[in-house]
Amino acid sequence: MSDSALSITGDSVPELQRQYRFQWEEAQKSFVLLYPEGMVRLAGGAGEIMKRIDGKLSVDQIVSDLETAFPGVDLRGDVHEFLETAHAKGWIRIRQH
Amino acid sequence: MQKAGSESGNIKPPLWLNAEITYKCPLHCVFCYNPVDYTRFGPEISTEDWLRAFRQARDLGAVQLGLSGGEPLMRDDVEVMVAEASRMGYYVNLITSGIGLTEKRIAAFKEGGLGQIQLSFQDSTRELNDFLSSTKTFELKSKVAKLIKQYDYPMVLNVVLHRLNIDHVGQILEMAEAMGAEHVELANTQYYAWAFENRQHLLPSREQLERAEKITNEFRDRVGNRMKVYFVVPDYYANRPKACMNGWGSVFLNIAADGVVLPCHEARMLPGLSFPNVREHDMRWIWYESPAFNAFRGEGWMKEPCRTCPEREKDFGGCHCQAYMLTGDPANADPVCDKSPYHHLITEQVERAQQPQPPASDVKPVILFRDDKNSRALSGKRDKTPVS
Repeated sequence: MSDSALSITGDSVPELQRQYRFQWEEAQKSFVLLYPEGMVRLAGGAGEIMKRIDGKLSVDQIVSDLETAFPGVDLRGDVHEFLETAHAKGWIRIRQH
Repeated sequence: MQKAGSESGNIKPPLWLNAEITYKCPLHCVFCYNPVDYTRFGPEISTEDWLRAFRQARDLGAVQLGLSGGEPLMRDDVEVMVAEASRMGYYVNLITSGIGLTEKRIAAFKEGGLGQIQLSFQDSTRELNDFLSSTKTFELKSKVAKLIKQYDYPMVLNVVLHRLNIDHVGQILEMAEAMGAEHVELANTQYYAWAFENRQHLLPSREQLERAEKITNEFRDRVGNRMKVYFVVPDYYANRPKACMNGWGSVFLNIAADGVVLPCHEARMLPGLSFPNVREHDMRWIWYESPAFNAFRGEGWMKEPCRTCPEREKDFGGCHCQAYMLTGDPANADPVCDKSPYHHLITEQVERAQQPQPPASDVKPVILFRDDKNSRALSGKRDKTPVS
């Protein structure tokens, strides 16, 4: 893996790992990640970030998109923190530009 | 009929739907968990019946779908099921021996959105020698493994362990490594159905288990993160029961090939319960209202020692099918529990398993293979006498 020494920058492009599927679950009233024989519920903020991870948007673009949707809040720290967690858990991979 | 659980207002939606879409199988595994009397069940339900059941369970909140059997690939509509279920929002898991998995089919599954493929070793003991000398099995699995990788799926391998193959766990792991497996589950046989009939031939000795675990741990140390290896010990060697299905009617439901809906793979054997069929009822009624799914919900059904046990919320009394098979009453504590007055029924089997074992060649004539002829014979027996 090229991203074993992880440093997430504004240019980094996160994408969902193969085998993971992200969707809204009405029965759970929450966004979830599905993987073989399992499911994790994502809390509101995490769901909003994950929703924008498409393998195309960079971290900077995700932050600015979120700040447009939720004005008046500085979200950069939250996004970086979530991406680090998501990467450590193996949900996403990070491409550097 | 038992009274509905006391917490029926708090029933959570199902998460896991397992579809045993057929009991046809090219293999005859002696540890198979399919019901021994499958030959007396009604005909397989149609594609439309399956899709309607999938849709209804999905509406309730089920997210994981397992397509299993039998060998699911014996049906020619798996492609349709994968694509439709995936479109409904399921994560679809195919559980297969690999027999019949052609490139054409795997391409269609990929296109349809299949999430993962779990490949089992078809160590059916009739072919034990083939299996252990790594000839036919290895060639077939390697071919299928290549296809699985070619279509960018992780290689997930399931191997059922028992007394007759557990000493070869080192070879099994090497084969798994050679074919590029990323996840390997070494699951000891659970003693239901065919495996229960063959229990005395399949339960490994303590020494065998310890050796196999040691070899597995050494293998883990060598391969590191490259492969994830799970080792599941038989519950006969435990003194607390497993939290079977995470509780009856809690997260899991199983639909049998004839459309009968069950809270677990084995529950059809239980007396006094009438299990609903998807051709006659919708899944909402089945999950929330049917007497069968409410029979062991909550704690109202519990007897001693479960009723006052501080661990009852952890293991829910264990497995009702095991309790029924061994004690005759599914509301008894799972006798795996050392608080059960029937625990000796487990320890006697374990003691017996410490005796020297006859060579596999001597076992072959008496062991019961899973096939239609034996199923018909066992169906007759089942009608008259409960299993003792």
